[in-house]
This record gives sequence, structure tokens and C-alpha cells, in this order.
Amino acid sequence: MDEGTELSSTIAQIVHKLSGSQLHFQMERQAKECLNHPSVQLETLKEDVKQYLRKSGWEKKLQNAVYQELNMIHTSGNPIAPPEHIKEPLTYMRKAQASWEKRILKSLNSMCTELSIPLSRKRPINEQKELLTKWNEMGTDEPDLSHFRPVYAPKDFLEVLINLRNPNFDNSDQPSATSHWGLIQVPLRVKDLSELREFFSELSLGYGQLGIEESSQVPQDIFENEHARIGRKVLADQDSAAAEQYIRQGSPTELRAELWGLILNVTSDPEDIMYYEQLTTSVIQHDLLVDNLFYKDVKLTASNDDYYFVFEDFLYQVLLCFSRDTTVLEHFKYNSATPPKSYIRGNLGIEEFAVVYPPNGVIPFHGFSMYVAPLCFLYNEPPRLYSVFREMYMRYFFRLHSISSSSSGIVSLCLQFETLLQTHLPQLFYHLHEISAQPLRIAFKWMVRVFSGYLATDQLLLLWDRILGYNSLEIIAVLAAAVFAFRAENLMEVTSLAAAEAVLADLSTLKVIPLLQIFLFATVT
Amino acid sequence: DVKDVITHIKGAQESRSCIRFRCSLTNTILDVLRQRPSWVEAKEDGEWDFYWCDVAWLRENFDHTYMDEHVRICHFRNHYELTRKNLMVKNLKRYRKLLEREAGRMEAAKFDFYPSTFELPFEYHLFVEEFKRNPGSTWIMKPVARSQGKGIFLFRKLKDIMDWKKDGNRFEDQKDEIQVESYVAQRYIENPYLIGGRKFDLRVYVLVTSYTPLKAWLYRDGFARFSNTRFSLSSIDDNYVHLTNVAIQKTAPDYDPEKGCKWQMQQLRRYLIAKHGADIVEILFRDMDAIFVRSLQSVQKVIINDKHCFELYGYDILLDEQLKPWLIEVNASPSLTASSLEDYDLKCRLLEDTLHVVDMEGRLSGKEKQVGGFDLMWNDGPVYTDDSDYRTNTHLGCMNDRNKQLKQLFKCSPGQKKL
Repeated sequence: MDEGTELSSTIAQIVHKLSGSQLHFQMERQAKECLNHPSVQLETLKEDVKQYLRKSGWEKKLQNAVYQELNMIHTSGNPIAPPEHIKEPLTYMRKAQASWEKRILKSLNSMCTELSIPLSRKRPINEQKELLTKWNEMGTDEPDLSHFRPVYAPKDFLEVLINLRNPNFDNSDQPSATSHWGLIQVPLRVKDLSELREFFSELSLGYGQLGIEESSQVPQDIFENEHARIGRKVLADQDSAAAEQYIRQGSPTELRAELWGLILNVTSDPEDIMYYEQLTTSVIQHDLLVDNLFYKDVKLTASNDDYYFVFEDFLYQVLLCFSRDTTVLEHFKYNSATPPKSYIRGNLGIEEFAVVYPPNGVIPFHGFSMYVAPLCFLYNEPPRLYSVFREMYMRYFFRLHSISSSSSGIVSLCLQFETLLQTHLPQLFYHLHEISAQPLRIAFKWMVRVFSGYLATDQLLLLWDRILGYNSLEIIAVLAAAVFAFRAENLMEVTSLAAAEAVLADLSTLKVIPLLQIFLFATVT
Repeated sequence: DVKDVITHIKGAQESRSCIRFRCSLTNTILDVLRQRPSWVEAKEDGEWDFYWCDVAWLRENFDHTYMDEHVRICHFRNHYELTRKNLMVKNLKRYRKLLEREAGRMEAAKFDFYPSTFELPFEYHLFVEEFKRNPGSTWIMKPVARSQGKGIFLFRKLKDIMDWKKDGNRFEDQKDEIQVESYVAQRYIENPYLIGGRKFDLRVYVLVTSYTPLKAWLYRDGFARFSNTRFSLSSIDDNYVHLTNVAIQKTAPDYDPEKGCKWQMQQLRRYLIAKHGADIVEILFRDMDAIFVRSLQSVQKVIINDKHCFELYGYDILLDEQLKPWLIEVNASPSLTASSLEDYDLKCRLLEDTLHVVDMEGRLSGKEKQVGGFDLMWNDGPVYTDDSDYRTNTHLGCMNDRNKQLKQLFKCSPGQKKL
């Protein structure tokens, strides 16, 4: 398919996506209003309206919206591709994802039956009133959660990935130095070090960075002042493409909240706030079984964390609304996963009574709340916090717990990590392999959680800056490998998986950017 | 006898090449002292060069203990002028008046960093006037001499503090007391800055090595202590009397019930910058510097200066919604017991650097502006950073580069001073 067709089909896709959106209505309204403006003449109507919209900043907003859509399109834009193909082109991956989903849903349903708790129920009025008064301090509630277990933990998911096989790929060769020593045994294409160097070129030593203490190139404080000045200009221009490029070198602390908002194209219009209010109302009115899973998760993870325990209440306010937000269902178009369906009582199998459960189609797992926790550091108005989280989830986080061939999907990230380790630290990998301490078993949990809860907050935010800047999760695979490289000496001494875990248990003192720089640009190839 | 002479000289030499310390406490400070190279624990009744004492010992023994010139001890004789709540306020008020006379209203107005405080029963009538001027206000009662949050409670009605009326009756619960215990009534800050709906206060460490001239150091590390409960004024109505956990959460300084109820100062500073921008946060930290310096200045003339003395203070600061810092209290014996591993590391760093500043080993030139995590904040006048003459030399909540700094500092230090 030639470039011309590809481009026009992409354009058609984006136009289709944006027409009927909030932005579209706003621009239409604006266009109508500007007819009264003296600069708009009947004879040159079309041009004048365009000019007016351009001047008043609407072109910029449209540009940002188009850019956002472009970021989300990962497939070749083939107009005749069936929807499943857009979700996930490889059949065996789709099948694996489907069977994993069946397992999860079965687990959820059986918990539901065991505990005799309905998946969803309407709250009685007095309970609704009570919840309303306690809305800002749901963390003080201590419901009995002992019977609830997380539906699954990352390590369960890892087992599934380990058993993933491409039926068309025959790997009957004897294991050798050239075969893959790691746990992931699917032949996906991942970037090698030289490709990564090119991809992450702004991390190289020739560029100033935020997150390093000293640079041999430019005095760090001069760079920081200049970088902050540029950041303010980017924000003033409200250009999300420029912001994305800018943030590859890190974001100054005070500009980060706004920059992320700009890059993710998250608005704080009255409509957004109202939508969030609607979600909170639905939380108050209905109780979902998954709510308890979220409670338990927050209590087990974020509440125990030195940095995030403070934000417990925000986490409930975000997660409970999240599970009721049906706009999240949009992302299933490009997610290999499919939202689980449940049936209204007594109507099992009858399609008219099928509902997506939970309403947003996302079943939480152990550690899920850690996706939200670092964002609390930046946003303290729940509607905005919520919008940013939702956007981050629909762009990135969902790829970490669904089986897909995407380069930012967890399968590719695991393979990338293992490949980097095997190629550049073969002695270490071999040693760990011999003592049955497969590196992925340790690194997996870091990657699934995007390092949240493992790194110090400021380092984590610097890492997430780069995720946004490069619109890819590949950096976390590189970081995982870099961590192993950094602690290689100690790891060579260990003789068991437990000992290896201990060496890598505490990442809170790591400085992310220097580690990445050393691994990417100082490793001998 | 030659042998005797040699033994004596050897003994004298030994005592000169190492520093003998005594320590009243058995927590972090003891670990730090024991691990310090060339420092040995003094014998039971033997001589000592350094004493980390408790205030009780000081009270009883300082006045009749002879100390050689080189000897150091960790408290000033009358530190309580700064650390007892009623005396601190008295000194602050007095200094403010003095300043008003000498430098005018504007200078004196800067002394509004502590909440309105009155000593009871002594200033009962003054207090009532202020109380009536602010109907509906909430006040907090704290015993002057007790620590660890004991006996603190909130009140809104005068009837709750009837026992402290100037000509008051016996306080029922304390039949042992001959008279009513001295308390201070302080205006409760009703709009504290909240994070995640929770109230917190800041613990900051200030080291004073001399009062005349005033030389004070500020430690870069510190922490914010969070309350376990969400902040709400309504709970005061129900059970305001004798309740410390809901109201102020300042339970014993030694008592840290939960790991994870603290944020390092760096974390807090970053959070505030992310929320409010660097400029506003810079102002906040400058205001805090002013609190430390002014509080020390207010007791400068009162504290008995003694070259043997130094003191590590724990300042408790509360931020309000407008990001104005308030001085709550100064502790002469800030808790050195660690509540967690992170806390232990912080206190070790703090104490090691304190000993570096005190410099029994004679390695410093006296011109240093930074020693480990301590920045020289005041040296008989403001201290500025090297690169500018308007930025003061404090870095509270900034990166603590003590490892690097100490390496550089001691690499080019003069030889060991002879004791």
C-alpha cells in the first residue's frame, strides 16, 4: 500500500475520530459566534473563519488533538484490516489473551459465588448518604476485606507469558549460545542497542538532562535555567507536540503537572468536571464487587508505601470512578484484550442481557493502585487527577497487562529486557540462569508497575517524563537491564534466587538517568 | 623509676590521641559515638573530653564541673530559655518590644511567626482579653514543663480552663501537685496546610555552637510528620478535652507508631514545588530561616554563653494554608531514637555531621560554610552562598551531598590538633 493511500486513510481515521468530539462542538460553536466579529466578511467567509479560529488559539487545540490521535495509531492503517487485527495482528497472541481473560473472569465469578456477593448492587439510601459524607476520607473505613483476594498477581501473569508460543515457530534446535536463555520464547522483533541509542538519542551525553547532577558538557545549573525557560515558553504556546519533544530531556518539577496535561491533551473544561461528578454519583449509587478489590489493593500497597500513604483517599476517589467509566471501553479497539462480559441475573448467555463488567472493562490486579499513586504528587484536584490517570492508562498502562505484539506491550518489553541482558551481560545472565534465578522473575514486577513503588518518587517522575516524551514504554525495559548491569558485581556473588532478589530489593537510591545513560551509551558493543 | 615514667607518658599519649566520650543515651547517638574513629568510651568515673548528656545531669552538675578548654558538652546551661514554652514566648515578646523601640514597627512585625501564647495562670487576664477578641477561636493548652505531648488538650470555652484562673482551685486530677501546673494557652492554627487531607508538622534541626557571637548551622535533612487521621475541626466539639490523638497528633516525640508516617524534607519540598512553583516555595523556606535566626536572636543575650557548649535543637514548624510557617516549639533534646531504617540513617548522618562541626579532632579551619549536611546559616551576621550576595546559605530540603562534601573537606584538612 503506498504512502499516499496510507496517509489518506490515516487522515480519514482521525477525522472520523474527532468529528462528534467535544472539541468539534466547541469549534463549531466558536465558528458560529465569530460570525459577529467585524473581521469576518460574507464574501470571504471560509477564509475569515479559518483565520479567526487560527488567531484565537483553536488551531493549536485542533493540532494538539490531531497529534494525540496520531500518537495512538500504531497499526499500518490498512483500510481493510478487520477490527481484531487492529487490536492485535497476531492470532496466537489473541488466542492467548482470550484464554487468559477466561481464567480471570472465572476467578472473579467464583469469588463472587463463594462470598455470595453480587457483582453489582444498588446501595440503599442511607448507605448512599453515609458514603457521600465520607467521600473525602474513604480510607478511614475499615471494611472486612479478609475474604477478598486479588484476582491475580503479576507473577500469575508472568507464568502465562512464559508459556506463550508461536505455533508457526519451530524452535527444536538444541539450546546453545545463540538461543535465547530467557523465559520469553516468542520471536518478536525488539530494538537492539544501536537502535535504542538512535531512538533515545536525546538521552545521550551530548544533550543536557534533568535528573543528572553534573554534566561534562554544560554546567548543570545553566542548563536547568535555560531548560526551564524553554519549558515555560512551550506551555505558553500550548503546543503538545513541542512539549513531547521538550520533555525528552526531563521536566522541571514546577512545570511537570502542566506539561503532562498538555502532552496528554487533558482538558479541565466544565464538561470534564461534570463528567467526573457523574462518575462519583454512580459510585455513590452503586456498589461493585471490584470496589472491594480496589480497597484491598490500596490497603496492601499504596497505604504501606512511605511516600504514597498520604494519598490513600485520592486513590479511592480515582479508582472507584475509573471502574465505572465507560469511555475507557474505547481503548479496547486497540487493546488486544476484550472487556469481560457478565449477564444480568438469570439470563446467562442471552446477549441482550450481557453487560460489560466492570463498566470500564478493566479488572484490577494486585498493585494496580500504584499506577495512580505517583500522579497524586502532581495533581490534587480529583477531576484533573482522574483525567490524567485515565489518559495515561489508555495510552500506556493497559499494555502492561495484556498479551500483545506491540513494541510497548509487556511481552516485547520482557523480551527486550532479556535480550539486552543476554547480549551485553552474558556472563551475568548465564550465572543467574545456572542458579535458577531467571532475571525476568525479578524484573517483571518492576515493569508491570512501571517502577512505581520501587524507585524514589522524583526518579520515577523523571522516568515517566521520558515515557511521555518518547511515547513508548521501551525505556522501562532498558532501565531494568541497566539496574542489573549496575548491580552486576553483587549479583555475580549470589547463589540463589532469594539472594538475587535481596540484592535488587531496594531501588530507592538509584538515579535513573545516569543509569540509563551509562547503559545506553557507555556499553561496549 | 624509668618504667613508671614510660607508663605515665604512654598513658598520657593515649589520652591525647583519642577522645574519651560519655553518653547518657543508649540510642543512635551511642552508635555514632562508638563508631567514630579514635573516640573511646570514657571509663566509669574517669575523665572525659566529650559528654552527650541529658538535661537532668546538666541541671545538677554543670555548675560544679570543671572542664578543660577542649572539653565539649551538648547543652547550654540555661537552654530552657528557648525550649520551655512559656520562656520562649516570654523571650520572643521581650525581644519584639526591644526591636520595636530600636528598629521600628516594621521590624517588630516580622515577629508574628508564633501563635498568640499566654502563660497560665500568670497571664490569665491578658489571655481572656485576647480570647474574647476572637470569638469561636480554638486554643490549645500545653503544660510548660512536660514533654512528649502529655497533658495537651484543645478547648473553645473558658469553662474548660477554669482551673487556671489566676486565683484558681486545686486541679482535681492532680492532688499531688501543690499548685496548678503552669500551662501555656496558644492559639490553635485552624487552617493548617494539608496533604492528602492530613495535617503534618515539620521537624528541622539547627545546631548552635555559640551564642556570643551567634553561630548557627541548619541541617539539610529533616522530615514532615503526618497525622494518622484526616484533619477536621468538627471532632473538637465532641471530645476536645484531654484528647491528644485527634486534635494534634503530636504524641511523644519518641513515639512513632507507624512506619511511613513521615516524609523526608526533600520529598516535601519537591511536592510543594510541584504544587506551587519554585518561587513561592523559596519564600516559604526563607521565612523559615527567619524563624530560626530570630528565635535564636531573641535568647542570645539571655543564654549563658560557654565555649564548652553546643546544642542541637529540634524545631517544630507548622505550615498553614497560606504557606506561612509557624513556630510551635523548640526542643533541646530532639528524639534520637529511630522509628525506621530510613530514620536511623537520617539521625546517624545528622549526629555524625554534628560531631564534625563540633570538631574535637581539630580538622576544620573555621571558615567553612558547609560541613556534611550542615549549612552555616548565621555567623554573627547572615551568611550568603558563594555565588551571590543575596541568597542565604541554607538548603533545607535540598539534596544532601555530604559524602562528597566531607571527602573534599577532610582531604585538605590540617593535621590533628594536639589535645
